[in-house]
Amino acid sequence: MAVVTAEVRNTVVKRHRHPAAHGEAPFGFAMIALSVLFVAVFTAIPIVASLGLSFFSWDVISTPEFVGLENYQRLLHDGPVLKSFGVTLGMAVAIVVLQLVLGLGLAVLVNQRRLIWVRTAFRTAFYLPLLASTAAVSIFMGYLFDYKFGVVNYYLGLLGIPNVPWLTSGFAAATTIVLIAVWQQVGFTFVLFVASLMSVPTDVLEAAQIDGAGPLRTLFRIKVPLISPTILFAAVVALINAMQLFDQPYIMTKGGPGSATTTVTISMYQKGFQNLQFGYGSAIAIVLLAAILVITGLQFLAARKLVFYR
Amino acid sequence: MIRSTGTLARIGRVTGLVVLVIAAMVALGPLLWTVTTSLRTPAEAFGNPPQWIPLHPDFSNYSAVFDRIPIGRFFLNSVIVTGLIVVGQTITCTLSGYAFAMVSFPGRSVIFGIFLATMMVPLQTIIIPVFVIIRYLGLSDSPLSLVVSALGSAFGTFLMRQYFLQMPKELGEAARIDGAGHFHTFLLIYAKMAAPAIATLAILNFSGFWAEFYRPLIFLQSQENFTLPLGLVGLQGNLGTGSISVVLAGVVLAILPSVVLFIIAQRYFIAGITAGASR
Repeated sequence: MAVVTAEVRNTVVKRHRHPAAHGEAPFGFAMIALSVLFVAVFTAIPIVASLGLSFFSWDVISTPEFVGLENYQRLLHDGPVLKSFGVTLGMAVAIVVLQLVLGLGLAVLVNQRRLIWVRTAFRTAFYLPLLASTAAVSIFMGYLFDYKFGVVNYYLGLLGIPNVPWLTSGFAAATTIVLIAVWQQVGFTFVLFVASLMSVPTDVLEAAQIDGAGPLRTLFRIKVPLISPTILFAAVVALINAMQLFDQPYIMTKGGPGSATTTVTISMYQKGFQNLQFGYGSAIAIVLLAAILVITGLQFLAARKLVFYR
Repeated sequence: MIRSTGTLARIGRVTGLVVLVIAAMVALGPLLWTVTTSLRTPAEAFGNPPQWIPLHPDFSNYSAVFDRIPIGRFFLNSVIVTGLIVVGQTITCTLSGYAFAMVSFPGRSVIFGIFLATMMVPLQTIIIPVFVIIRYLGLSDSPLSLVVSALGSAFGTFLMRQYFLQMPKELGEAARIDGAGHFHTFLLIYAKMAAPAIATLAILNFSGFWAEFYRPLIFLQSQENFTLPLGLVGLQGNLGTGSISVVLAGVVLAILPSVVLFIIAQRYFIAGITAGASR
């Protein structure tokens, strides 16, 4: 018996020192094989291929032709595509800021409720829009914000406000799409912040209360710093998503009126899949990816000063 | 003094409740309008004021939507595509997540590092090569293209790995001593314990892929292959603004499965959202 235990202990120790020698390696490779195959073919290789394709001119049918940096030079002088980067950035920043501010505000208010069923009810209400697809949301919001027949303009009319061209005039359309995106996605930041606020220790809050700190002071001096890592995470994820904004403008305005809501992903779709310029489309994709990485990097840099890690 | 702060606090709490109620009305209003308008007759559907309470619900739109477009077909396509992705990704991610957490093999950290790096890259920025690969595989315009290109997931692998990392290694060692093979140890001990993480991943994937619009738009051309979101947008185009109540009936049918699942498994939805944040 004692011998067996010693042997077991020996094996365990050996396992930690020479893992591969214990014959685990083939099992490990077999276990990751499927994931590696699919991630390689449909994610890793396409990343490299996207970069590679951006140096070619290709219409899918004929042989690709190497053109060096031509696609990028073209992009630098392509007014409409450059504008789409500006449109995307403007809408993305607006969406993220509203999502963070409203999500945090609602989370703080919900966490103040003492009754659990009240909290659950509000949480469900703010989460429900996330369950609908962006396509479904774009369809019914398109009706609600219709210029002539829309319910929104009907109620505004009752208040004596003339019809607003929600989706049919440039700036208004971009604003409306921002609001619709925020309406649907505020539940995401809200749920994150509710969970995070619950983890703020009550003794800290009680101490602040005893010291005479009001609710606003407690919020900005204690709660926000304590949940700042979650705020950073929410900001990063929300911005990466918002930079890819496609469904709502594609379905509701087709990028219009004019090019007011043509986001980068819409211009990429037009160049790549409608005009079959796969090289140029890839160049736009690579610049978008670079922009996303730079902005995410900036967020983490800013976080060094602003985020408080416990 | 004490009483005045008490009154202030009470005013604050009441104001907070009022704000929350208004916010909830804004969040739910458009959804409620969608449901109630889908129950109005096509002729009435455009009439304002909207009917917030369906006093005389008219269910004809729900049969009309099946007559006008192949919504049954779209529904079936969506069920098959989403179902296969959910099952497939659960398998691939559970296997690889376990291996990256619990099994030692050469190159493990390098390969996992590559997985992590790909997580940073959004789908839209690599969609052109993915489309080209789909074409080479002969899967253009097939719902299977949506499935095959979503079977692996770096994020899902990461999620499962994080969960397995918390599990004690001793359990597996004990089982191994009892003569269980590597795979049996994984399947009978660890995979069972990972059920909550598997449920979270499955629900995250269901809600994501059920609602997906972008890849179907790019991969599919024939109407009979469309999934629900793509088909509904087409329906809106076909009918123009003729009878929005029919379109909205389709929208309600498309949202319903997600809502039902949410009611059954609410905590896994929340877990899915918070999973990425808590590292």
